[in-house]
Amino acid sequence: MNVVAPFEGIGASLRRKEDFRFLRGRGAYTDDFNRQGQLHAWILRSPHAHARLTSVDTAAAAKMPGVVAVFTGADMAKDNIGGLPCGWQIHNKDGSPMAEPAHPVLAADKVRHVGDPIAVAIAATREQARDAAEAIAVSYDVLPAVANTLDAVKPGAPAVHDGVGGNLCYDWHIGDKAVLDAAFAQAAKIVSLDMVNNRLIPNAMEPRAALGEFDPTTGDYTLHTTSQNPHVIRLLMGANVLHIPESKLRVVAPDVGGGFGSKIYHYAEEAIVTWSAGKLGRPVKWTADRSESFMSDAHGRDHVSNAQLALDANGKILGLKVHTYANMGAYLSTFAPCVPTYLYATLLAGTYTTPVIYCEVKAVFTNTVPVDAYRGAGRPEATFLLERLMDVAAQETGIDRVELRRRNFIQPDQFPYQTPVALQYDSGNYQATLDQALVTADWAGFESRRAEAAKRGKLRGIGISTYLEACGIAPSAVVGSLGARAGLYEVGTIRVHPTGSVTVLTGAHSHGQGHETTFAQLVADKLGVPTAQVDIVHGDTAKVPFGMGTYGSRSLAVGGSAMMKAMDKIIAKGKRIAAHLMEASVDDIEFDRGTFRVAGTDKTKALVDISVAAYVPHNYPIDEIEPGLEETAFYDPKNFTYPGGCHIAEVEICPETGKVSMVNFTAVDDVGRVINPMIVEGQVQGGIAQGIGQALLETCVYDADGQLLSGSMMDYTMPRADDLAPVSVATHTTLCTHNPLGVKGCGEVGAIGSPPAVINAVVDALRDYGVRSLDMPATPAKMWQIINGGRRMAAE
Amino acid sequence: MPQVTLTVNGQTHTQEVEGRTLLVELLREKLRLTGTHVGCDTSQCGACVVDINGESVKSCTTLAVMANGANVTTIEGLAAADGTLHAMQEAFREYHALQCGFCTPGMVMSAIDLVNKHPNGITEQQIREGLEGNLCRCTGYHNIVRAIAAAADVMHGKRTEIARAAE
Repeated sequence: MNVVAPFEGIGASLRRKEDFRFLRGRGAYTDDFNRQGQLHAWILRSPHAHARLTSVDTAAAAKMPGVVAVFTGADMAKDNIGGLPCGWQIHNKDGSPMAEPAHPVLAADKVRHVGDPIAVAIAATREQARDAAEAIAVSYDVLPAVANTLDAVKPGAPAVHDGVGGNLCYDWHIGDKAVLDAAFAQAAKIVSLDMVNNRLIPNAMEPRAALGEFDPTTGDYTLHTTSQNPHVIRLLMGANVLHIPESKLRVVAPDVGGGFGSKIYHYAEEAIVTWSAGKLGRPVKWTADRSESFMSDAHGRDHVSNAQLALDANGKILGLKVHTYANMGAYLSTFAPCVPTYLYATLLAGTYTTPVIYCEVKAVFTNTVPVDAYRGAGRPEATFLLERLMDVAAQETGIDRVELRRRNFIQPDQFPYQTPVALQYDSGNYQATLDQALVTADWAGFESRRAEAAKRGKLRGIGISTYLEACGIAPSAVVGSLGARAGLYEVGTIRVHPTGSVTVLTGAHSHGQGHETTFAQLVADKLGVPTAQVDIVHGDTAKVPFGMGTYGSRSLAVGGSAMMKAMDKIIAKGKRIAAHLMEASVDDIEFDRGTFRVAGTDKTKALVDISVAAYVPHNYPIDEIEPGLEETAFYDPKNFTYPGGCHIAEVEICPETGKVSMVNFTAVDDVGRVINPMIVEGQVQGGIAQGIGQALLETCVYDADGQLLSGSMMDYTMPRADDLAPVSVATHTTLCTHNPLGVKGCGEVGAIGSPPAVINAVVDALRDYGVRSLDMPATPAKMWQIINGGRRMAAE
Repeated sequence: MPQVTLTVNGQTHTQEVEGRTLLVELLREKLRLTGTHVGCDTSQCGACVVDINGESVKSCTTLAVMANGANVTTIEGLAAADGTLHAMQEAFREYHALQCGFCTPGMVMSAIDLVNKHPNGITEQQIREGLEGNLCRCTGYHNIVRAIAAAADVMHGKRTEIARAAE
């Protein structure tokens, strides 16, 4: 009987391999690891936003029960421990490098944000360590602090770092201002809008954790950490902070409970536990409380911008001028400087044929937690700005908002399309995604739904966003020329074992994306090996040769492409072995999904015949071909990838409470070739939930003194199941033209495209209230003020 | 130190604990049942939900001594001994209701109690409101809601196996 195996290759909604362990409580997250003799660390953090440390007295803490050690910044200085490095250098308009103040692992003389680490207590139990940390006596000389971005650049503002004038990290620009000014001089209409992109706190559900180990007999260090890129952590921590050679430092990122960017960076706690383990000769574990996550995980967004759009009399865009202040927080996190520059300003053409763009960005230090990439990173900020501006332009020119977008779209026959802000888009079809979304969302029938809602006393609105993003980070030479201190290629190893099962080693890291399934599907598709016989190994520097990790929707476009290249090498070698075994010319050997065939004959060899021969070479051309069937390939993308599409949000506002309810959401995204539709849909759903969170619920609040007011899940509004409604997700594919899979990436589109669609819908719902500018989040209080503030004043 | 005796996933344990020890700490640190997670410190996220005597409870807000004499089921105790998944676990897999897996144990334990509390059927809105105490940052909840509805049909005897998700 012939049993037809279920199709598992590219395009199959294969259920996930990793789910069996997660669903049975068998996941292995960093805090789940426990070692013999393990100690626990608790970090003492600054309660002040800005203070000079006049003394840090650890004597009482050191005598507490169970305490093994208490370390301060002074102890680290004695060991010549370096500061946390920044991976990207931006240059000012005048060509000088950005200000790059030191970022100590433990504060040396000053603390610069609430949560800045000062000392670490290490004890037999976590509670003993916590008790000891509370017994450390610190004298603070409290200094004036500044938390707000615009306040930080005012004359006389408190200086976050000595020697950084005006708290300015850099003053950068892109584009030709003279050409822009000429374009603006021709404009029939100039639309100007001030916008704030609200600061967000990522809140991956797994709090950060780190477990350091040291083997005194070998000098080997091991760090288990909640990281999206363990090799990069090894590189940065080994070379810059602890001065440990890579050969003596193993970094493992096991199962990781969500990242969204916040687990890319090299954090102080990783260095603290690794160094402490070496000092004490015992394993040291640290796990964050959620309260610590709020004040120590890198935050996201936080832009203040003015944008001006120049249009001709027909609504064609003539030029775009943007001025942005970006909050860096108190120190430069690993990727921070590139987010409001090369991941932001280069996206300002969006899906439109804007001929000239000029953008200047001032990055500013404040007494707040460092800000870095959070799902979308720079691209949500650019998209929000552009798509809000388009709606205001439509309103003020009297051109329908969909029509205005159509008039300015890059046309399908214009690819490759060179924008005025450095990027060259390879493919896309913005009309098609727009058309499909308009139908799915029943845009044409909206006014009757608005009228029906009005009968129920609700304000209903609809909003659109036709967005684009750049991901698949990144072409190494390009980002190198833009200030990246490392290339951003990826590595893949395919190991075909003697009996035909396959192990894949990848430098990408899965923390929810389902790589163990999707990558196995690539192998099934290309080599014909069932996914049950394919294992994906990631997240361990001792197993995987190298890797740059997972962020910027790069795993498949870059990491998957590396695997495809490695499989090409496997097939090429397999053909040579097959040619020998079947006594044919190598040029006559064809390969298709697991079978080598002599062209035009019925002579075949299965992959397993080749792998057995390769490892047990008794009939093998050993003088010509090395034994074994394992290949490694590096893939450095030629370009970014450019997913894009259309998001349509429909909301209802209750005038009595001000609550905004999501009633419909339609997404039609072009993410290139789809490997696993189920996983892609899940990624888009999750991204949209975070985008709706930003638009309606979430915001980080500091008071004027730099105290974090939204410092817990009781104060910071995380989206819950009843805040969200079903989302219709569809894809419309144009292939990426420059990677072997034709894939573009799907991890960030949801968070990028959705916030302006939601806010445009809210503004549409409020059309009778004259709302032109609306900052996120659209909270009930804000809505109620808009709706009832006017009514109440009229009554008075 | 106080002594606690409790049954976890059918096995009886006696442990000495501090008065301040939380049930989740007892489960994770002493019994090494690390499937139950801690995602917050304000009883908001629900990653720590376990079943105590038939009720879903946040084990981060329960002192270990309060569970003295109790019958506790954690995520590790749900599947049958032969590995057969509980209908809720199976539905989560079929509907792609988990991504990073960190909220999943608490989500599954809450969902089972939620379905059991609606023996005559449960609506989508009831599921969404019933998940108020569980946070997920990955999925946007939609697939979780679908999974719970599908599991409810099996748990209520309306179907013998989980309905396949639409492709």
